[in-house]
Amino acid sequence: MKSWPLWEVFIRSKNGLSHKHAGSLHAADAQMAIENARDVYCRRNEGVSIWVVESANITASDPAESDPFFEPAKDKVYRHPTFYDLPDEIKHM
Amino acid sequence: MPDKNDLFQYLLRLGDNALILGQRLSEWCGHGPVLEQDIAITNIALDLIGQTRSWYQYAAEIEGKGRSEDDIAYFRDAPEFKNVLLVEQPNEDWAYTIVRQFLFDVFNFYLHRELSNSNDEQVAAIAQKSLKEITYHLRYSSEWVIRLGDGTEISHKKMQTALDDLWMFSGELTEADDLDRAMAKAGIGADLEKIRPLISARMKEIFEEATLQIPANPWMQSGGKQGGHSEHLGYILADMQFLQRTYPNNEW
Repeated sequence: MKSWPLWEVFIRSKNGLSHKHAGSLHAADAQMAIENARDVYCRRNEGVSIWVVESANITASDPAESDPFFEPAKDKVYRHPTFYDLPDEIKHM
Repeated sequence: MPDKNDLFQYLLRLGDNALILGQRLSEWCGHGPVLEQDIAITNIALDLIGQTRSWYQYAAEIEGKGRSEDDIAYFRDAPEFKNVLLVEQPNEDWAYTIVRQFLFDVFNFYLHRELSNSNDEQVAAIAQKSLKEITYHLRYSSEWVIRLGDGTEISHKKMQTALDDLWMFSGELTEADDLDRAMAKAGIGADLEKIRPLISARMKEIFEEATLQIPANPWMQSGGKQGGHSEHLGYILADMQFLQRTYPNNEW
């Protein structure tokens, strides 16, 4: 069990459009990871689709680089589409 | 034509298999070798006990003596239980548990596929719902047989030992008696002769991929379906029935 890789589990619920991260688990291979994900994360009708990815295959942003990565987007109001005057006739935008 | 008592006995066989195996698997709760398998095996236990409830509720209705599913579960003694001997065998270790599960799941899958077309509407309905759960059980146990059989030297050895010991309980699963034949003839029960080759083929396929040898000795244990049990059942029932028998009608 110590040599089993770690897998990240993503579940899409029946009302959802995207797979959301549900947690992680250990398994020997991809098929077992799918079955474990079904047994652990879909007991209470949480999902209709499962993705598993070996944690080693996920590249994440470095928290130490958060400032240059994410700060600059915080005060650029002109990038948001909020300056249009919508005519009254348009109901669903 | 089978009568009400025949149907009652047939339903008991189905319910008792599920209950005793469910009870055995429950013994793993909190003791699984890995967290995910602790959850997986107890999930299977819950599925089986759920199936038991359906069979017992229908059985109680057919019997018509005012007994409930709980009466049937908690207030019968060993000779009145009609489960196969395989499901009362001890958990022993993970290899024994997986081999026992696989042997039962292959049989249970083909059995329920047949029962899904039963002339009895209620039997067909219960079987159709259960078949979805059992299809997953079979997938789960098959995958584990392959991984452990064709695994390390240690896992292979443990699996072969388990198979050598449990194989003699596999014959009873498709051993037809008068009740089986009568129910099959009436289109209510499953034709065990028909599904036996399918079961054998599937077992052979999986054991081959798992590099496990099916024991050569063809002799098979039998008698559970008729109420003749090993001493294991006594201990299982003592565990399971103690609370209800000591404090009858006690509720949560």
